[in-house]
Amino acid sequence: MTEWIDVGALNDVPVRGARIIKTREGCVAVFRTADDQVYAIDNSCPHQGGPLSEGIVHGAAVTCPLHNWVISLKDGAAQGNDKGSVRTYPAQVEAGRILLDAALARSSKAA
Amino acid sequence: MAEKLVVIGAGMASGRVLEELFEHAPGRYDVTLFGAEPRGNYNRIMLSPVLSGEKTYDEIVTHDAAWYAQQGVACRFGEAVTTIDRARKIVVSEQGETPYDKLLIATGSQPFIIPVPGKDLPGVLTYRDLDDVEAMLSLAKSPGSKAVVIGGGLLGLEAAAGLKAQGVSVTVLHLMPHLMERQLDGPAGYLLKAELERRGVEVVCGANTQAILGEDRVTSVRLEDGRCFPADIVVMAVGIRPSKSLAESAGLATGRGVHVDDAMVTSDTNILAVGECVEHRSQCYGLVAPLYEMAKIAAQTLAGETAAYTGSVTSTKLKVTGVDLFSAGDFAEGDDREEIVFRDPARGVYKRLVLRDDRIIGAVMYGDTTDGAWFFGHLKDRTDISEMRDTLIFGPAYAGGAPLDPMAAVAALPDDAEICGCNGVCKGKITSTITGGATTLEAVRGLTKASSSCGSCTGLVEQLLAVTLGDSYAAPTAKSVCGCTDLTHEDVRRLIKSRDLKSIPAVMQELAWKTSCGCHVCRPALNYYLIADWPLEYKDDPQSRFVNERNHANIQKDGTFSVVPRMWGGITNPQELRAIADAAEKFNVPTVKVTGGQRIDMLGIKKEDLPKIWADLNQAGLVSGHAYAKGLRTVKTCVGTDHCRFGTQDSTGLGVKIEKRMWGSWTPHKVKMAVSGCPRNCAEATCKDVGVICVDSGYEVSVAGAAGMDVKETEPLGKTSSETEAIELIVAFVQLYRENAKYLDRPYKWVAKVGLDWVKARVVDDHDARKALIERFDLSQHVYQKDPWAERATPSVEQAWSPLANLTLEAAE
Ligand code: SRM
Ligand SMILES: Cc1cc2nc3c(=O)[nH]c(=O)nc-3n(C[C@H](O)[C@H](O)[C@H](O)COP(=O)(O)OP(=O)(O)OC[C@H]3O[C@@H](n4cnc5c(N)ncnc54)[C@H](O)[C@@H]3O)c2cc1C
Ligand code: SF4
Ligand code: FES
Repeated sequence: MTEWIDVGALNDVPVRGARIIKTREGCVAVFRTADDQVYAIDNSCPHQGGPLSEGIVHGAAVTCPLHNWVISLKDGAAQGNDKGSVRTYPAQVEAGRILLDAALARSSKAA
Repeated sequence: MAEKLVVIGAGMASGRVLEELFEHAPGRYDVTLFGAEPRGNYNRIMLSPVLSGEKTYDEIVTHDAAWYAQQGVACRFGEAVTTIDRARKIVVSEQGETPYDKLLIATGSQPFIIPVPGKDLPGVLTYRDLDDVEAMLSLAKSPGSKAVVIGGGLLGLEAAAGLKAQGVSVTVLHLMPHLMERQLDGPAGYLLKAELERRGVEVVCGANTQAILGEDRVTSVRLEDGRCFPADIVVMAVGIRPSKSLAESAGLATGRGVHVDDAMVTSDTNILAVGECVEHRSQCYGLVAPLYEMAKIAAQTLAGETAAYTGSVTSTKLKVTGVDLFSAGDFAEGDDREEIVFRDPARGVYKRLVLRDDRIIGAVMYGDTTDGAWFFGHLKDRTDISEMRDTLIFGPAYAGGAPLDPMAAVAALPDDAEICGCNGVCKGKITSTITGGATTLEAVRGLTKASSSCGSCTGLVEQLLAVTLGDSYAAPTAKSVCGCTDLTHEDVRRLIKSRDLKSIPAVMQELAWKTSCGCHVCRPALNYYLIADWPLEYKDDPQSRFVNERNHANIQKDGTFSVVPRMWGGITNPQELRAIADAAEKFNVPTVKVTGGQRIDMLGIKKEDLPKIWADLNQAGLVSGHAYAKGLRTVKTCVGTDHCRFGTQDSTGLGVKIEKRMWGSWTPHKVKMAVSGCPRNCAEATCKDVGVICVDSGYEVSVAGAAGMDVKETEPLGKTSSETEAIELIVAFVQLYRENAKYLDRPYKWVAKVGLDWVKARVVDDHDARKALIERFDLSQHVYQKDPWAERATPSVEQAWSPLANLTLEAAE
């Protein structure tokens, strides 16, 4: 069973935007979609490591700000002809707070 | 025993009669089919694609040997009928006599040859059948060959385009003042001419051919006014005459064509006639749609049924790839008529409806013909349009306030709207075929014949597939903004204004975006259009901006940012330089660089430090240089009269004034300017979006240069004697660009589309228009000329730009 950790308020993340969470293994980007779904994925684009949190969010996908790869927020996979994927993490919203897998706070990113 | 039916002419009309007849009365007749051409029925209207090389002859055959065999048709191809003996009920041909019980005359028409000297020289061709196409192609083979096409009507232009596609250099000589004068009015004819010229076809209107010159074959064509055009081939396409001589000499009633009644029967009850050779109710036709209607009636008459043909209203399209043109009905001007005109010079779109007594009697469209079928439907139905008059020209999408779906134009068509003019197929027939299981273009084509002739309704048929099948059918899209919409940038800009759409959701809802919230391509464009069109009402959406504009800094490959403060006209001072040096030290800026735009770049700054460094720079009076913006970047200057021995005016001062007036404005793409103090041009003003060269007598303002991915010199916009007027020209130019250009078109690309003359007419010549442009620019500046750094150098932004949480600390526990 997943153990959750509160990382902040939903309203601290802009709609169709993202914020980053620092972990010991690197940054995780927390996205909020137009319909208030929340997703957490690695902040590093599978292409050349672009900061995905700075991309334009559309539907449940983000376009990387560096060279426009489109990454699915649901499974972290690059869309279209691009190959590669980023790691995704369980995330949910409860009473206006964003909860992530507590494993992220421990030594390794792996749950 | 079966009756004997003899058919004269294996053309498009007779082919259709036989098809219908075998369906209505199988086995009733023993058919003998005479054709003067050494081949069976083929789709004559597809000769143009054969000429241009887009199709082969085999692809346009409509009935092959197997079909004739299966239907038991005795084919006599390559054999012309020379006499009809009505008393003995026989026809006479090379091979002798053939008896008939019923006779069908379908001899079509023949090209008209203007009686000028030299008309019989080898190399002078007409354009009617496959032999003509083959002759043109064999003569056009040698490289560098030249063709003159006499006649700028439908056939002449298709011949010209086809020959051009084969690499022949082509000149069209047309007697009338504009092309296709029977189908188009002046403005549309003008647009068509311009388009053909853009493709390299020379077009000469008002050209009266006097003689075709040459010894043993054609060498040139001479006009009455003495002009001469060299030619290896001359194609005469000046009109057609119904082939009625056979019928005439048999004593049948004829006029311009063979007279027929509503049952398609001639003055002899055993003889019918169909196609271009007939004259029905004083009308002769030269398009397939009416011939197919006639064919249906003729088949029914032959099958012993009662049926009546009552005449046709026709519409025209030109089958030249990439040319969109539609015309129908009567579009001449007249006292009893009113017209509605829509023009879009930027897109080359022209539409005109001619109305009489609140009914459409004529329609001409160029550049955008999507609504043609809808207008044509109302024209044929004589619909009273008084209710929808105001929005009529915009098509069905507007009528009755229906939502403006890109497919709505097609979705809104009534079931009896004709989609395929050639084959007379209505929307209802197509949609029922689709719902009946035909889910591909080929299937619909096979079952309904829609789009199987000239093919120009293929797009509509595909849209019907899309409308009927929904998402399961993907219609090919034309240069749309992105996959979220079928509309082009230009359409979207027009609709935002004309429909008062003032938010991204409003645009997406009303224009039926296919995605819930757009994508990284359309959202920044929409955000810009809304900012530019509604500076007061629209609220900027940072989430629809690229990272750089959202963060007011340029992102680097490692995710850090660069910061470029403004240096007005490239001028700085010790205090500013000190502030930059201090900030660079304080924030450990790894690289400090002088840019190509006369200012200083600090590269490698962490996002969360941006608000802090901005605050420090603001302290010294430095503001954002917008080095990240689709907006005003730099105004480069040279030292001018202040220092330079050649300077004619205060170029530095003017550059600073321009930059102070225009900074902060958002534009379709970035805008860079420069002011040079003399024609030595040290500020490189002649390759900027806007450049000023100072001269003794004043200021030469030029625009639309480029020095990035393309390199291009600016073009002169105007010359002024005062600084004030120079600035006015520049402001008005930029505002015109802001209001009209497609997102991500630099000014040089936009000017190339609309033409510098169009720009000058508004910015230079029309003082009221200039004033209004400047007022709108200033209005927008009053909202947007704010230093984004000052607004964001706050603790709350600093917090919002920092990580949401830092789990590394917790992990340390
Ligand atoms: C910093 C600078 C290079 C330098 O070190 O000198 C620069 C840097 C960049 N240029 Fe540039 N350009 C710089 C002067 C130019 C110039 C010369 C000029 O302005 O006089 C040109 C040619 C003129 C022109 O604008 O076309 C130029 C033509 C481009 C282009 C091609 C634009 C085009 O329409 O062809 C791009 C790509 C684009 O904008 O889409 C570009 C894009 C870029 C970007 C923003 C690439 C990007 O998207 O990340 C670079 C950002 C680096 C950064 O992080 O700061 N840069 N760039 C110059 C900043 C000038 C300034 O003070 O603002
Ligand atoms: C290049 C070109 C492009 C066209 N494009 C279009 C278009 O886009 N849209 C459109 O609607 N229309 C178009 N048309 C017009 C269309 O092709 C004609 O309207 C149509 O073919 C006329 O059909 P028809 O059967 O009456 O005559 P035809 O198709 O001309 O058939 C008549 C046949 O009868 C034969 N014949 C004549 N006399 C005799 C005789 N005595 N004995 C035996 N055989 C005889 C002729 O050789 C000919 O083969 C185009 C025409 C051409 C030439
Ligand atoms: S030329 Fe401009 S865009 Fe290209 S690498 Fe240099 S700074 Fe970057
Ligand atoms: S780094 Fe993301 S697309 Fe290149």
